[in-house]
Amino acid sequence: MENNNAFEVALSLLLNLDASLFQIVALSLQVSILAVLIAAVLGFPLGAAVALWRFPGRGGLIVVLNALMGLPPVVAGLMVYLLLSRAGPLGDWGLLFTPSAMIVAQVVLVLPILAALSRQKVEELLGEYREQFVSLGMSRLRMMPTLLWDARFALLTILLAGFGRASAEVGAVMMVGGNIEGVTRVMTTSIVLETGKGNLPLALGLGIVLLTLVMLVNAGVYWVGELTRRRTG
Amino acid sequence: MTSMGLAQAAYADDYITLASTTSTENSGLFDAILPEFKEATGIEVRVVAVGTGQAFEIARRGDADSLLVHDTTGEQRFVENGHASERVDVMYNDFVLIGPADDPASISEAQSASEAFGAIASAEAPFTSRGDDSGTHRAELRFWENAGVEPDGDWYRELGSGMGPTLNTAAAMDAYVMSDRASWVAFGNRQNLTLLFEGDEVLFNQYGSLLLSRDKHPHLKHDLAEQWHKWLVSKQGQQAIADFRVDGQQLFFPNAK
Repeated sequence: MENNNAFEVALSLLLNLDASLFQIVALSLQVSILAVLIAAVLGFPLGAAVALWRFPGRGGLIVVLNALMGLPPVVAGLMVYLLLSRAGPLGDWGLLFTPSAMIVAQVVLVLPILAALSRQKVEELLGEYREQFVSLGMSRLRMMPTLLWDARFALLTILLAGFGRASAEVGAVMMVGGNIEGVTRVMTTSIVLETGKGNLPLALGLGIVLLTLVMLVNAGVYWVGELTRRRTG
Repeated sequence: MTSMGLAQAAYADDYITLASTTSTENSGLFDAILPEFKEATGIEVRVVAVGTGQAFEIARRGDADSLLVHDTTGEQRFVENGHASERVDVMYNDFVLIGPADDPASISEAQSASEAFGAIASAEAPFTSRGDDSGTHRAELRFWENAGVEPDGDWYRELGSGMGPTLNTAAAMDAYVMSDRASWVAFGNRQNLTLLFEGDEVLFNQYGSLLLSRDKHPHLKHDLAEQWHKWLVSKQGQQAIADFRVDGQQLFFPNAK
């Protein structure tokens, strides 16, 4: 490596976006975005349901969801590894060391964040809307889409928190993806690999590229959010 | 477009998954020899590079089609326990002792590996150990034992890390460290570290390829894996290993019988 400055390395990585780096970047985004979308489809209704219904063990479930926001990625990775391993219950699916396994692991990490934070937001809104709902005689099931829709800007921020968790973690994707070149290598596992080789400027350069990407995704979401907010008032 | 390309690459069927060690991956050996194998057979090899202990575990659970590691005793036990049907010698590299350039324990003057390890212990010079039950860690423990030393005390730091992170830590602490030669030569963050002791035959580090059990894991791609296993010890495979150079230096020495 000729130049030793991480920013120069990052810049040259971005300018000469070569095929292998492009693939790594594309896979990183593909895995994390899909994981966040799947987690959103499952997590937002789950969060809203916990906010709306009263059932035994509800307090316990809220505590568990909140606690799982701090689930260490390597533990999530280990659980998914044991699940998808040939010797594990879902071994026949042959998913270990594929991008699909990485998505599953990141869903496990992101789901509690989306569910726990949306639960709180929906419960707040429910407090404001309750009398209206009652006067309209709405069922809880009917309240759910209304509440989720009216919470959409907060949910967008929650989505970004989930995306941040997914794109930043390395422990889970390393374990279930295996960091296979051209197949399951993503930004964070590349950074670990290059650090291990002692290529610190390249590792840091990749880190800057990753940060830039995450920043772009955030900017895009912010921009879309602002646009709709202005339009809908 | 890209995502479709990726999906296709990920689900093509003419590939095997190889569990191997970080030292082979980090050195760049696979980048050099896998294209030759692919050209010869059309088979893509997907490498999962982990510590030797974890590589055994991946193979034992049936999650890899082939295994290439460096722990001869462990490999033989793996065959005896029925997880693999055959083990062959493929190549060796060697371990080297790295340390601060001023060499406070004077190991560069040692006549044998035991003497060098003994000198580090008696000088109580900082030493960073992998401490991760990897093939390299197990070998290091054997060398302390041969030197008649119980590595213990403030100077002996067990990191529980891979070779690269351990070298990074040694560089930051100006400590002694034992590395496989491949990882050291390919390592880019040496700072004040330098190679101080090498060449004792006990430091040779043998790599073996294992053919996994068809009975235990019928779902594996045994036929493709067997082609890889045989290619490694074939004339062409051995030549590819011998031709691999980093900075003009040969890192792996083919020695299939």
